[in-house]
Amino acid sequence: MNNSLLVVVLASGVAYGTPLLYAALGEVLAERSGVLNLGVEGMMLVGAVMGFWTVQRVHATSSVALIGAIGVAALAGAAMAAIHAFLVVTLRANQIVSGLALTIFAGAAGLSSYLGNDLNLAGSPAKHQFQEIFPKSLQDAPVIGPIFFGQSILVYASWICVVLVALYLGRTRAGLNLRAVGESPAAADAMGINVAAYRYAHTLVGGAFAGIGGAAFSLSVTPQWVDGITQGSGWIAIALVIFAFWRPTLCLVGAYFFGAFTALPFALQSHGVTVAPELFQSLPYVMTVLALVLVSSRAARLRFGAPAALGLPYVREER
Amino acid sequence: MRIERRLRQPWWLSVVVPIVSICVAILLGALVLLLTGHPPLHNYRRLFDAAFLAKGALSDTVISATPLAFTGLAAAVAFRMNLFNIGGEGQLYAGAITGATAGLLLAGAPSPIVIAGMIAAGAAGGAVLAAIPGIFRAFLSTNEIITSLMLNYVVALVLDYLIFDSHSYLRDTSGFEASVFPQGKTLPDEATWPSWTLHGLALPFGFLVAIGVAALVWALYSRTRFGFEVQVIGDSARAGRYAGMRTRRKILAVMCLSGAIAGLGGASQDGDFRHQLDPRGLTAANYGYAGIVVAALARYNPFAVVLIAFLLGGLQNAGYTLQGADFPAGLVGVMQGLILFCTLGGELFVRYRVRIERPARKPARPAVEAGA
Repeated sequence: MNNSLLVVVLASGVAYGTPLLYAALGEVLAERSGVLNLGVEGMMLVGAVMGFWTVQRVHATSSVALIGAIGVAALAGAAMAAIHAFLVVTLRANQIVSGLALTIFAGAAGLSSYLGNDLNLAGSPAKHQFQEIFPKSLQDAPVIGPIFFGQSILVYASWICVVLVALYLGRTRAGLNLRAVGESPAAADAMGINVAAYRYAHTLVGGAFAGIGGAAFSLSVTPQWVDGITQGSGWIAIALVIFAFWRPTLCLVGAYFFGAFTALPFALQSHGVTVAPELFQSLPYVMTVLALVLVSSRAARLRFGAPAALGLPYVREER
Repeated sequence: MRIERRLRQPWWLSVVVPIVSICVAILLGALVLLLTGHPPLHNYRRLFDAAFLAKGALSDTVISATPLAFTGLAAAVAFRMNLFNIGGEGQLYAGAITGATAGLLLAGAPSPIVIAGMIAAGAAGGAVLAAIPGIFRAFLSTNEIITSLMLNYVVALVLDYLIFDSHSYLRDTSGFEASVFPQGKTLPDEATWPSWTLHGLALPFGFLVAIGVAALVWALYSRTRFGFEVQVIGDSARAGRYAGMRTRRKILAVMCLSGAIAGLGGASQDGDFRHQLDPRGLTAANYGYAGIVVAALARYNPFAVVLIAFLLGGLQNAGYTLQGADFPAGLVGVMQGLILFCTLGGELFVRYRVRIERPARKPARPAVEAGA
């Protein structure tokens, strides 16, 4: 029963979707503050390489090394995001160009590859990796076993993150201020909110999440280091944010949905059905375009659309 | 410290600031190299040698520069209207697909006809793909940044599908080797674009086409009513509409133009360099994204785009040539990123003046205020 197509696809959809979920949660926070960061792919890759480096070099027990790796990956992602934040918030640069520059700088042919090469990381498996935490008997429970109990701690931690981000955005003063900054920075400024500080903070936290998402690749999904290990997941994460209408809870659903599309061709193949994997791989992108088009009407955009000030620099004198 | 907008931008600033920015980027790159224990001067010299000085390096640099010039022009055309078409990558693939199809279909016809057919098909392929986000943007106000970005991945997957997972017209299905290592059909000889050699520097036809397109874009934007209206709409769509301009048509037209130019770049990849539809080569190069970098560095000026494409092409070419154990991998991407970060940051000093003020202790000087 646990080998049935649906269970396999859902279980691996959760595994594949987890890096997407972390990165998308981070991007939700950044975009809610009005900062579009197209550098997710770059931040994920730098997080992946630095997290991997930590487990390879640190001599500690598995759990300490892994926690340290997540911390280092988050810091690395935040450091990359800091470049973007400085350029777009302080120097008022174009957010699209700056984000693309970040992906080029940090991405598969940039800093992440430079670091991976310099720290001599390629070609060896991870010394420690995230493992399933529940006992085998629970994992073998019919249907729900592989999906809910056959996962690593990263998956369960991501659920906590979703709840925390959702509560933060909807139920806390800071979260409401954040949304004000993203919707109307001029009004937020008039209320006495420090627009620049909010944008910096959330872009950095967004980078940290992306870094963790990258580390989820190099320490859990494919525990090794190769150049460009994330294979464009950063872009899917950006799509996911739109697909989820900038809501953390929908990010969870969307991430597993998109993750399942990645897993589906392999699962089908093992069942003897050969389908071109490109068909399924392209679905997340096509659906994101459709979702965007569907919410194009003015009323829908107010409710489900992007934060109104997304992508716009805020200059107090020029509002 | 205060940052205030310049009312007048002195002309020399737009020359000095980019040069200083690039110098800062080179210094930062040297810092990265130093921190990781590589000698900076030695690596920079090798980079420069491989890009511009070594025998045949200049010709290879032009080869790397050609697609960047096309995608750079494509981005510049759209960005000037504040229309952020970041689908240059996918539009280039689309142009490569249609261009290669035309080249194969027209096999046997005289070479100029085949080449003209490839150019037309490439431009049409790119334009049709760009029309999708264009139509959504023009008629539904859907954000074109994301839709054009998403289509890049869709077309990249179509490209893979055509060569690796189907028995399409474009795939080479003859012989044993082709069934083990899937690859595109080799284009007929008539579909090879000409190339001229000047003092040892090989100039491919595609590069000349790019220069021609740059001239056309310049003329279009500075000498025609269309260009004027596009810039008005870019600055303020509402003002344009009140003045009776057809904003929707213009948006669609500019998107298609931008896509067509990127598509030309794809056709030039088929005809000038690869002579088959080559998914791995096209997708690995990231021409589309690099083209946005080129356009931004050139501040959307079409002639500057060609120049910057040449410089960044040199960097890319050096990256390919020096690939190996003793040259730091990824340095080229790091350098490109740094140059872009610095130029983007430097832009602030062109548009704004940074004034450092001490908090006033003395009372204001009314005499000076009155005099001014």
